[in-house]
Amino acid sequence: MSLDEYQKREFKQVGTRVRRPDGVDKVTGRAMYGADATAPGMLTGRILRSPHAHARIRSIDTKAAEALPGVKAVLTGADLPAQEDDFIRDVQDNCMARGKALYDGHAVAAVAAVDAATAKAALKLIKVDYEILPHVTEVDVAIKPGAPVVLAGRSLENVPAGMSENVTSHCEFGHGDPAKGFAKADRIVERSFRTAATHQGYIEPHACLASVSSDGKADLWCCTQGQYFVRTLCAAIMGMEASQLRVTASEIGGGFGGKTTVFIEPVALALSRKAGRPVKIVMTRDEVFRATGPTVHTSMDIKIGMAKDGRITGAEAHLRYSGGAFPCGTVDMGAQAAFAAYDLDNVRTYGWNVLTNRPKEAAYRAPGAPQAIYAVESVIDELCQDLGLDPIDVRLKNAAKKGTKSSYGPTFPDIGLVATLEAAKKHPHYSAPLAEGQGRGISCGFWFNFGGNSCVSLNINTDGTVGVTEGNPDIGGSRASISLMAAEELGIDYDRVRTIVADTSSLGYNDVTDGSRVTFAVGLATIKAARAAVRVMCERAAKIWGIDADAVEWKDGAAVPAGPNAGKFPPMSLAEIAAVSFETGGPIAGHHEVNVDGAGVSFGVHIVDVEVDKETGATKVLRYTVFQDAGKAVHPSYVEGQMQGGAVQGIGWALNEEYIYGADGRLQNPTFLDYRVPVASDLPMIDTVILEIPNPGHPYGVRGVGETGIVPPLAALSNAVSRSAGIRLSELPMSPPRVLKALGGS
Amino acid sequence: MRYVAARTAKEAAGLLAAEPGVTRVLAGGTDVLVQLKSGLVEPELIVDIKKIPGIGDITAENGGFRIGAAVPNAALGEHAGVVALWPGVVEGANLIGSTQVQGRCTMAGNLCNGSPAGDAVPGLVAANAVARIAGPGGERDCPVADVPAGPGKTTLKTGEIVTSIFLPARPDRASDAYLRFIPRTEMDIAVASAAVSLELAADGTVKAARIVLGAVAPTVVVADEAGKLLVGTKLDDATLARMAKACEAVCKPIDDKRGTVAFRTRTAGTLARRAALIAYARAGGKK
Amino acid sequence: MKSIPVSTTINGDPYEFLCAPDETLLDALRNRLGLTGAKEGCGTGDCGACSVTLNGRLVCSCLVLGAEAEGAEIATIEGMADGDELHPLQRHFIDHAALQCGICTPGILVAAKSLLEKNPDPTDEEVRYWLAGNLCRCTGYDKIIRAVQAAAAEMRGA
Repeated sequence: MSLDEYQKREFKQVGTRVRRPDGVDKVTGRAMYGADATAPGMLTGRILRSPHAHARIRSIDTKAAEALPGVKAVLTGADLPAQEDDFIRDVQDNCMARGKALYDGHAVAAVAAVDAATAKAALKLIKVDYEILPHVTEVDVAIKPGAPVVLAGRSLENVPAGMSENVTSHCEFGHGDPAKGFAKADRIVERSFRTAATHQGYIEPHACLASVSSDGKADLWCCTQGQYFVRTLCAAIMGMEASQLRVTASEIGGGFGGKTTVFIEPVALALSRKAGRPVKIVMTRDEVFRATGPTVHTSMDIKIGMAKDGRITGAEAHLRYSGGAFPCGTVDMGAQAAFAAYDLDNVRTYGWNVLTNRPKEAAYRAPGAPQAIYAVESVIDELCQDLGLDPIDVRLKNAAKKGTKSSYGPTFPDIGLVATLEAAKKHPHYSAPLAEGQGRGISCGFWFNFGGNSCVSLNINTDGTVGVTEGNPDIGGSRASISLMAAEELGIDYDRVRTIVADTSSLGYNDVTDGSRVTFAVGLATIKAARAAVRVMCERAAKIWGIDADAVEWKDGAAVPAGPNAGKFPPMSLAEIAAVSFETGGPIAGHHEVNVDGAGVSFGVHIVDVEVDKETGATKVLRYTVFQDAGKAVHPSYVEGQMQGGAVQGIGWALNEEYIYGADGRLQNPTFLDYRVPVASDLPMIDTVILEIPNPGHPYGVRGVGETGIVPPLAALSNAVSRSAGIRLSELPMSPPRVLKALGGS
Repeated sequence: MRYVAARTAKEAAGLLAAEPGVTRVLAGGTDVLVQLKSGLVEPELIVDIKKIPGIGDITAENGGFRIGAAVPNAALGEHAGVVALWPGVVEGANLIGSTQVQGRCTMAGNLCNGSPAGDAVPGLVAANAVARIAGPGGERDCPVADVPAGPGKTTLKTGEIVTSIFLPARPDRASDAYLRFIPRTEMDIAVASAAVSLELAADGTVKAARIVLGAVAPTVVVADEAGKLLVGTKLDDATLARMAKACEAVCKPIDDKRGTVAFRTRTAGTLARRAALIAYARAGGKK
Repeated sequence: MKSIPVSTTINGDPYEFLCAPDETLLDALRNRLGLTGAKEGCGTGDCGACSVTLNGRLVCSCLVLGAEAEGAEIATIEGMADGDELHPLQRHFIDHAALQCGICTPGILVAAKSLLEKNPDPTDEEVRYWLAGNLCRCTGYDKIIRAVQAAAAEMRGA
């Protein structure tokens, strides 16, 4: 880790609440999202999906569909190449089934036609001969020997013998000996938890427009969190060279991790290649729920021992996650995150991934962490109740800090958990009186944060303005944050910088917008690109002044002689240097390409007050406060927005959101009517407190802020509901029927 | 598919009767368009009734109100007279969907959709509302209670459309209330619901009570026994508890993604108890 | 299916288009008239991203047939700003960071404008219930409520 990046400084622009550059387009309806693009001669693509949870595809007869006037191409899995690589093959098979349909909604064929009505009619003419197979949709059933096997031969060697073939991987983290720790405990709580699968619930369905020409070049427009990764996947599936496929990211209508992979993009490309015309595919909401990434659903056992004084003596977690019909590594992240908030001597987590007949898991905001931390934080709260201890004091007593060997291995550098807990403790919310029947819950949350591959190109225009080109789709305002950092580093006004998100042909590889990495990693690349441009500008000034380049430094947006010995010259501003750049050596630019290390972990603490209606089991959220360490809040409003948005997604997860499968293995609620994301009237204001404990790995101290906020709500709500209702809840969501049942009311 | 905007009820009835294929009547469209989107139905004919003269009007009649079949529920909620006379009916109608849906959805549509969970229906049945039905054979009146026939089914015959719903006059010291349970605060389908309509005697005791439960059986259920328990009382706690039990006794719900049998049954009683107290207070009752 | 000719008024301008009998107003706006500001988030009236007003009433354009637009007055997000000048709601949404991804924003703005025309001084709770049919997955609604209230205050001259 590069821990020497951070240097304390006074910021002039970073930390101000500037207007986002995409604001006007987004409030006037002009912004172009995935479904908003058109192309001459464009066809409409639609996908036929399996109505069965698990079925062998004996044959697919597409003749009648092909013969329908207006149909220009029909595609099945047989049209796509065999893939050697497991990862690529899974992605491809998820986009278009081959051999078996693995879940309700799994794509089995696709058509491209002159209009939507013709495409719809064509789908009805495709005859799929299914042999229905036994299915399994629940992790606790799928893990048992004898359960229907979703995919054979995918178990890694580290899976213990005696488990179902559905168990694809096993992981283990920790140190010390939990048994020894439990022996020292005054109180041990051991509980089992379950969490339902949830969906990212972005309002924009997946949409793309693909155009493959007969010379092998292709263009793809799509809503994605990572156009480069889309290119990697689609090029592999299409058998194309990366240079021949240009992927342009549209404005993205929400992703939260769910748009980090491909679903329809390879299908649209393959249809376009077959039809020789551009093809647009836009998913319906039903398709989004049935066939795109929900989270894992989980079953977990947690055991924690605590001494009377609140010290955790031993901790153990067994996590069984299912990421649907394909192998999935999310449980590893859950197992690493479970106890990350605590400085423990004896801690161990075990994880298993289990296949089920459900859609392939896609990332969702801090993937894997909310579930495990929900279970851990619930048990800690119960111990606090049992031992009569204050929940924040107990967490402070055990909090990880600088120098703590984390439960997943690394030793923490400067981290913000203690400061965050202390801020929560002294906040008026924590001491506000509760009325009869109300309950207050708290929880810690954690996320690793990512760095990763990032390229930034920064051009100094001759009029003194600056163009920044980066490669990460902007969801939460990153163009504004990146412009702010460029402006700060260059010493010019924010308004003079414009940041754009490039297509894959315009810039080198950028990792996906995920892991809360963009403001941190792309920001770092931006700062370095700006510094590179500054070096050039200093050289140009030196040239004009006839002095040594080393004798020029950059101060407040201008080149100045570095000290009295360098000579006496008035400062030359960026605009002045840029204006004469054609005479001093040509256009001026800076760029930086890097695989960024040094991401700073982020902690949050949430406090929530609720009231449970004991006659109906309904929970009303009364007050909510989020405390989170941002490192440095580059744009505080957008940082607050991440904290609030994450919290509310977590509230939805805790209270009502869930994938409900019927006995037939079909998803029962693929609509926003019955997949219940929070609506405005469900919620109070979400108060925020930003902590700024600088990340040593970033020049400005930035950590990521996007994901941590979804982690604490699950346990915070569960702890609050448990305290309000006077019973311990151990399953999410805490939907009213579940709560009323737990209360013995029905 | 054909789309026809009928100019008269007679024309609408004739078109619907003459079509051998699947038909749909379009009032607010908030159910029909969802059915089209899901591909659940592919009608041959859609008859839009909104252009029929008078069908979008609310008119005073015999001390009550006649609500045209195309009156959007938002307009119903803006009508001070209806709100004053039948607040429970209006609150049920106004709970359907979002503000956007309110701008389109109608009580007649909610009734004809045949859902046991329709929010407008329990209040209408509790109010003894009467549907006016136009058909190939002319016009007839039918108690709203007799229109639903089970999930997605009504007793309307081929070619028949509801053109209006009549909410009758009511005496002083009478009012109604509707409550439903949903997991969120908005945007859900009722998991259980209860409408209570009360008339009070001069001494503040209940003179007549009609309790109707939604989403707990294939059609809304009139809880006669539960209603009778309230008569002669001022809704003391013991009476209300007995009433809630009597409500539970007539529930025959299903387990599904929205709720369990046990939850629906229990909640129907709870809601009836709470709605009764609201209706009682609205009717001027003092405990 | 035979197409139906429709004459209508959108944002004060006359429009004519042909649509299929089962085509929604949303599809007609987006695919036939190039008015892509209204978004399809669900197609079933559950998300509000396609909100427009039809004869002055807020509706989901996915729950209206294109054919029903005959003779109607429709207002969409494209007509909200007065030329270059943003509506106060639009301005406050930017200033209060009330949008992140922005996909729900056109629908929420149309809905909020409709609210303030009816009720210029709503409580927070009234704003929340009015907007309950407009799903936003990014913001948690907090900044949206604040932006609507700030715009309402400005429009009242407060």
